[in-house]
Amino acid sequence: MPNATTIALIPLLPLAGFLLLGLFGRTAFKNSAGIIGTLLLLASTVLAVYTAYDYFTNSSVDFYRREVPLQLTWLRFSENLSIDMGILLDPISVMMIVVVTFVSLMVHIYSLGYMKGEERYPTYYAFLSLFTFSMLGLVLSSNLFQMYIFWELVGVSSFLLIGFYYNKPSAVSAAKKAFIVTRFADLGFLIGILVLSFYSGTLDFNTLIARLTSPESSELKTAVTSSFLGISGLSWALVLIFIGGAGKSAMFPLHIWLPDAMEGPTPVSALIHAATMVVAGVYLVARLFPIFAISAPAVLEFVGWIGAISAIIAAIIACTQTDIKRVLAYSTMSQIGFMMFALGVSKYGGEEGLGYTASMFHLFTHAMFKALLFLGAGAVIHYVHSNEIKDMGGLRKKLPITHITFLIACLAIAGVPPFAGFFSKEEILLAAYENNTPIYWIALITSGLTAFYMFRLYFGIFWSKPSHLSQMPIHSGERAGGEVHKGEGGFAMMLPLILLAIGAAAAGFIPFGKYVSSDGTPLETKFHLVFSVAPVVLGLTGIFTAMWLYKKQNTRPDKLAASLNGFYKTAYNKFYIDEVYLFITKKILFNLVGKPAAWFDKNVVDGLINFTGNTTQILSGKIKKIQSGKVQQYAIYFLAGVIGLALLFIYVWK
Amino acid sequence: MNGSTIIFYLLAALTLICGILSVSTRQIFRAAIYLLFSLIGIAGIYFWLDYQFIAAVQIVVYVGGIVVLIIFSIFLTQQAGDKLSKQKIGRKIFSALAVFCGFALTMLQVYQHSFYPSSDIHVSPTVANIGNRMLSVKEGGYALPFELVSILLLAALIGCIVIAMRSKPETT
Amino acid sequence: MTEPGLYQILFISAALFFIGVYGFLTRRNLITMLMSVELILNSVNLNFIAFNKYLWPGRMDGLFFAVFIVAIAAAEAAVAIAIIINLYRSHKSIDVKNAEELKY
Repeated sequence: MPNATTIALIPLLPLAGFLLLGLFGRTAFKNSAGIIGTLLLLASTVLAVYTAYDYFTNSSVDFYRREVPLQLTWLRFSENLSIDMGILLDPISVMMIVVVTFVSLMVHIYSLGYMKGEERYPTYYAFLSLFTFSMLGLVLSSNLFQMYIFWELVGVSSFLLIGFYYNKPSAVSAAKKAFIVTRFADLGFLIGILVLSFYSGTLDFNTLIARLTSPESSELKTAVTSSFLGISGLSWALVLIFIGGAGKSAMFPLHIWLPDAMEGPTPVSALIHAATMVVAGVYLVARLFPIFAISAPAVLEFVGWIGAISAIIAAIIACTQTDIKRVLAYSTMSQIGFMMFALGVSKYGGEEGLGYTASMFHLFTHAMFKALLFLGAGAVIHYVHSNEIKDMGGLRKKLPITHITFLIACLAIAGVPPFAGFFSKEEILLAAYENNTPIYWIALITSGLTAFYMFRLYFGIFWSKPSHLSQMPIHSGERAGGEVHKGEGGFAMMLPLILLAIGAAAAGFIPFGKYVSSDGTPLETKFHLVFSVAPVVLGLTGIFTAMWLYKKQNTRPDKLAASLNGFYKTAYNKFYIDEVYLFITKKILFNLVGKPAAWFDKNVVDGLINFTGNTTQILSGKIKKIQSGKVQQYAIYFLAGVIGLALLFIYVWK
Repeated sequence: MNGSTIIFYLLAALTLICGILSVSTRQIFRAAIYLLFSLIGIAGIYFWLDYQFIAAVQIVVYVGGIVVLIIFSIFLTQQAGDKLSKQKIGRKIFSALAVFCGFALTMLQVYQHSFYPSSDIHVSPTVANIGNRMLSVKEGGYALPFELVSILLLAALIGCIVIAMRSKPETT
Repeated sequence: MTEPGLYQILFISAALFFIGVYGFLTRRNLITMLMSVELILNSVNLNFIAFNKYLWPGRMDGLFFAVFIVAIAAAEAAVAIAIIINLYRSHKSIDVKNAEELKY
């Protein structure tokens, strides 16, 4: 296997990039920042792929093994408890480093074209590198606390990148929203970590899982028997950790930040809010999956239901949104919901563990096609200079490569064979079918909706009737000799699209179950041809419905919207969840907690301080008169003092 | 009642009356002169006590040095014949009262205390004895304080010059 | 009239001391205040000599203290007058009322 240095270099190279570009980027590498960042990441990607190749091919005995090539003790609290920094290699972390480096590399290359001429170009690349470093650190973490550290780092870099256009008020508020919502969820995560480590006495993943899954261990017994509000300590810990994951992964009801996060540059959305960071929650649950599955199945079911609810709600909202990035954002949320409930319906070990494999598989394929969708959308936005679907249309001739790759991505996400999404989604549905029928039906409907809204988007952008906005640049472009718009944005932007399209088309053929499974025994993925019929038919129905409604410009969509008036409006307004949050924070929290607290602070706390200060001031004002500067007055005090002391010593203290 | 007693009381009266006048007259030059006589009276008491050396020092240093210095500074800072500004009467009364209390307290203590003279052999304070003791480095010698005082005088000399020197106009 | 002795001299000394204090408290001119200080110093000297004479005739410590006090008084008077002259230069006055800047 590759030695520890090689693996350590994978996250450390982007860190070097961040430091280099962050410190000197603005002066030394004004124009070469992108190239430097990309090259460093390329090296990192090569190392990651090499590591993965080595990991999966080298071992003749056991695919599913946990290797800890590096373990440094960082903060030692007691004999048993210390915070370490280490690297943990197991199938999912190896898969994740490949995904993260690959997508990040694509985004880096893409940004060379997309962000060109941007004023804070080096800063952008510095932030990207920081994010990549944090994400890699997160997936390679060998213990919970290290993961938490990188978890927060990821949150920070996400905040920085969403607010990249900091002179845009909406971007600033979106960045704040993302940070506060995820921060709020992270509080749960932190408490969960503390509770879990309290019961298990360790932070290390391997020890943790070993202690909390074997039925004989005393740690597990105390964790299960102790209870708070009628729920066992272990369940509390896992629920709290899941809240952290749900915050990062934009699960209902903590999803509100994700659509707003689309204010950031589009490649950032592709990297952070589609392919990597948002699946951190899924990854977290997968990491602790044995504990969930063996020791707290009830919590796992809770996870599954949250995932299913998120999936369907997000899909419904996505059907009504007009901002293409928001559609993609809700689609992301929906797909992550898929991954979550796939984990939720899974069991530990063997055939029953299909959901786990399926979830990781879907994570992998989703990263490909969702990044592709975002980058494609980025190319469109780059061309049209608008996010609104009504400003687009008929672009298939103008952006041929984008069109083809976008179509591939849409087919993949819709689950049309033989594209990647088909395989992973099929496995998820199968797992749901076998274990939890209600979730299966929800998932089936959601996958139909997915096909519908993706093709609504596709037809809206590339077909429909050319709208006036997309017409204009073509004419002016011709007149100016094609200089106003350089078509699809050049090689740098097209290369990632093509590579990702290949990934989206072919990733499904990887025999994923052989490498990644819940308990380490290879899982042979079986195809049930009969089973596949329903989802595929539903997907195709969705596609054709979208085609019927949106391929040519007509009034059918409006009529449909009118007929579903109330429901359509509710969905368009995202089920008023934002408003509920606003109501809770503004009306309830501010009035009932904030205002009394402010009153208390202003009158009692400040009052006390002011009282002390004023009293001192008044007293000193009186006392300072003694210090008059008159020599003779001092002499009188002195004489009086001497006489007083003499009297005291002579007559009182004889 | 012999001559010695009469002389002592005369000297005491001279000293005290001149002292009182010195602090109460409103003409500064006269105050200096009264001070001069008061100091001479003290020198007389030293003579009366048979301490010729310290009496001589008193006359030389005080009468010949310090009072002359004071008179010079009066000439430098005061128009001749100017009367001193009056102090507030309240302050005067208060000071007199405080001083009287202090004096009463002190005298009360002095008269209540009985002093016991030591029975040492009387050593007459001749100039030779004083000189030997002052420059002796043995037990009971005063060579070190003597040197210290000489350094102090040097420091005071330099300090006076520095303080009284006209500061340069700040043109540089 | 009694034979003069230690008590009489101590009386003179204490009286002279408090005369000096009175002068220091009531005078406003710095030079006259300096004179009062000289009176105080002299009263102390007188005390030393008297104690030396009547209580420890075998020693000369009181005498030496007196001598050194005279020397220090000379130095003090010189420095004080230098300060007074400097003050006169800057304030055009040696009234203590006009030199009250050094306060709170």
